[in-house]
Amino acid sequence: MERRVVFSGWLFPAFLLMPQLAVTLVFFFWPAAQAILQSMRREDAFGLSTQFVAAENFAAVLGDPFYLASAEVTLLFSVAVAVLALAAGLLLAVMADRVVRGAAVYKTVLLLPYAVAPAIAGVLWLFLFNPSIGIVAVGLRRLGVDWNYLLDADQAMLLVILAAAWKQISYNFLFFLAGLQSIPASLLEASAIDGASPRRRFWTIVFPLLAPTSFFLLVVNIVYAFFDTFGIIHNVTQGGPAKATEILVYKVWYDGMVGLDLGSSAAQSVILMAIVIGLTAIQFRFIERRVHYA
Amino acid sequence: MMVTARSSAWVPHAVLITGLALVLFPVYVAFVGSSLTASDILDAPMSLVPGPHLFENFARALGAGTVKTSGEPVAAMLLNSLVMALVIAAGKILISLPSAYAVVFFRFPLRRLCFWAIFVTLMLPVEVRIIPTYKIAADLSLIDSYAGLTLPLVASATATLLFRQFFLTIPDELVEAAKIDGAGPWRFLIDTVIPLSRTNIAALFVILFIYGWNQYLWPLLVTNTPSMTTIVIGIRQMIGNGDTQTEWHIVMATTLLAVLPPVLVVLLMQRWFVKGLVEAEK
Repeated sequence: MERRVVFSGWLFPAFLLMPQLAVTLVFFFWPAAQAILQSMRREDAFGLSTQFVAAENFAAVLGDPFYLASAEVTLLFSVAVAVLALAAGLLLAVMADRVVRGAAVYKTVLLLPYAVAPAIAGVLWLFLFNPSIGIVAVGLRRLGVDWNYLLDADQAMLLVILAAAWKQISYNFLFFLAGLQSIPASLLEASAIDGASPRRRFWTIVFPLLAPTSFFLLVVNIVYAFFDTFGIIHNVTQGGPAKATEILVYKVWYDGMVGLDLGSSAAQSVILMAIVIGLTAIQFRFIERRVHYA
Repeated sequence: MMVTARSSAWVPHAVLITGLALVLFPVYVAFVGSSLTASDILDAPMSLVPGPHLFENFARALGAGTVKTSGEPVAAMLLNSLVMALVIAAGKILISLPSAYAVVFFRFPLRRLCFWAIFVTLMLPVEVRIIPTYKIAADLSLIDSYAGLTLPLVASATATLLFRQFFLTIPDELVEAAKIDGAGPWRFLIDTVIPLSRTNIAALFVILFIYGWNQYLWPLLVTNTPSMTTIVIGIRQMIGNGDTQTEWHIVMATTLLAVLPPVLVVLLMQRWFVKGLVEAEK
């Protein structure tokens, strides 16, 4: 879409664009280019000489069983977080759409986790589930569950999934509620007059009309789980036990900043960039499609 | 309405109250933890009834921090977080409003290229380019400075896209009227476009403030000295490896202090926040 009436000249718009373009160039294009360059180089242990190795770093990364394990962990984590947060958000939105009394209070409280940093969400759940002091951990042990996520890989995964999904429920709730409220009441009333039960109305009318919103949210949730959950992992499990919760973003940081393997870390960054670009492209295709629904 | 009237039984309320309880429970336990003593918490399970030490713990957190964070007061961390969040939010708005204006209200060579250059940044969150960005920040000696903490996060395709979207809806008649009155692009920006954008600016500000306040990975990399620690990072340092030396009562007081500002922003500006969130993603 373009405007018909515009101002003339190029000096003033150039001046207006300058700050944003400068920041973008220095902090986006330059580092992205550096990452790509670095990903094709290898430095010796003392950083004295660098050598061009083309795709060797990528081959090493993609052939590394630890990297593949981390990719698998990331996939499991993201899908679990997305499914849990979407299901909870949808359920709460459907219910909030039905109530009249107290609707504002429910909505306000359910928005709160959005304001909480992922890292802090991690700390809150850590405090509940810490094996020695956590109130839920003690409760679980009294029920006979051998709870210690510092040793048990599955428990560690469950804990970071819960913390990550808790934080994301607000967002999904808000979008589902907006989607539900944009469904014309006349459609539901017509169906009710035809004798469709509330359950049937949900699955035959509401759910299909929410499909575009759900798909959009699915992509957003996956992106969130991939990239924004670093703080949760770093606070709760540090990728452990035995790398059971080491998601890709955590591994990029760890290999680069702690392991100081810059070539590998850069190659991992480039792979992540490709993943983000792919996810964003999917999202934009969807936005084009959504026009047909609306 | 008929459809809701029939189903407004107790089920939705029961489900919603369960949801509320799940959302609030971790926060409530943190609140109780911040009102107890260290030994009350270590003597697990801690009580679920608040104790009498709330103000004492908050005062100690604000004034003295914890041993693990070398006594850096949380008040100083709060200030760092506030500066970071405000600069990021204001900075993003200040650079993306003019650039959206330039892209929408002018025709000049390379206009499309400029727009796309900004647009692709949407695809590269700081998490995927951390180490090269860190090296550049180090080369520009931005480590341990407010500039280093904020500048790399200030570029924002989201804000530019949102303003562009809105500017496209401003009627052509307004631009023509401004031209007839002899107003140039600068006057039109100041007298017409910015006043019309007030709601959008408020909505965006809420979202960007929360985004800035909640940053984790970048501050973790770019700050090393205790005096530059933000509160979200400070909590991480207070916990360390979660051993018995962790002063959980102070950690929980600090956690609540870290959550309070963004929560207040969401509550006080709920209308703009909801609008901004839903529209920023369109």
